Amino acid sequence: MIRSEVLKMMLPVLRDHLVVCNIGLPSQEMHMLEDRPGNFYMLGTMGLASSIGLGLALAQKAPVVAIDGDGSVLMNLGTFSTIANNQAPNFVLLVIDNGSYGSTGDQTTYAGRKTSLTAVAQACGCENVVECTAEETPQVVADAIKAQQMTVVISKCESGNVKVPVIPLDPVVIKDRFMKQVAALNA
Amino acid sequence: MGIDDRILADLVKHRIEFVTTVPCKQLAGVIEGIDTTPSILHVPSNKEDEGMGLCAGAWMGGKRPAIIMQNTAIGVTINALATLTQFYRMPLPMLISYRGEVGEPVACQVEMAVHTKALLAQLCIPTYHFHRQSDVEELDGILGHCFMASKPVAVLMDATFWKGELQ
Ligand SMILES: [Mg+2]
Repeated sequence: MIRSEVLKMMLPVLRDHLVVCNIGLPSQEMHMLEDRPGNFYMLGTMGLASSIGLGLALAQKAPVVAIDGDGSVLMNLGTFSTIANNQAPNFVLLVIDNGSYGSTGDQTTYAGRKTSLTAVAQACGCENVVECTAEETPQVVADAIKAQQMTVVISKCESGNVKVPVIPLDPVVIKDRFMKQVAALNA
Repeated sequence: MGIDDRILADLVKHRIEFVTTVPCKQLAGVIEGIDTTPSILHVPSNKEDEGMGLCAGAWMGGKRPAIIMQNTAIGVTINALATLTQFYRMPLPMLISYRGEVGEPVACQVEMAVHTKALLAQLCIPTYHFHRQSDVEELDGILGHCFMASKPVAVLMDATFWKGELQ
């Protein structure tokens, strides 16, 4: 199962929540599958999905799921320490770990070789780290949101992409409608 | 009131409730003050671009953010500033310890100091240089300006500024 199939299965789980979508194909796939104001699409800034998600979760009460990738999280490994040391019970970091840089032509990442992101997250002090298969991912994420326990989910899936169009939305529009959704969920 | 307390009071006055920091000796007093200010959540970051991600999230979550860092950070945050803070038009006060100016004991700091203002100018980031202690009086207005304009704004605070207490 590849990332786009995992994201498709995730839609019912994510639909009511705030979702930070990583740069490149993950954002484009989320946009194509089901565009909604509660999705924050990153159009650039590789590596910061988990940081944006954590800041958002710490600032308000509604559940936040940040969809990151293995290549992106490798660019910001310190994030696991920041997550571990700043408890946000409403935060789930979902790392779609396909072992490759999907948006740039499926070059292998170090997570696809010797590096275990699960072990890294645990070593950084994250208390709830779940490594799961692509098929198990929707249930694991749903359980994590329900438990109100900050959780890092490492979803192991296959590399590969489907063709998706770029996101035509203006960044200020993405932000504006997202912030209105944040306000509505916190009303 | 000392400089550290003045800075803290202005952060509180402008309802800044989320501050991320990467430390510098010159900023130690301010950072300590942030830790003991109940209305401010302090989330230290490992690297300044990570901090800008945290601040973007906090802003969208309804909390006014600020980042406190050294000027060396400008070198590692250009992408985050351009493609996140500026592209999505978000406010971000950056309180920056301006190392490498007159009084600096570490030669390597000068190497980044000479690029600091040029890089900020290239990014079209409003930049204010605090040199004399009385310059702290401007912070109130600068913070208001930052949130009015929804832009990142840089306040460079050099060694001469940090040297003493306000009368
Ligand atoms: Mg990947």
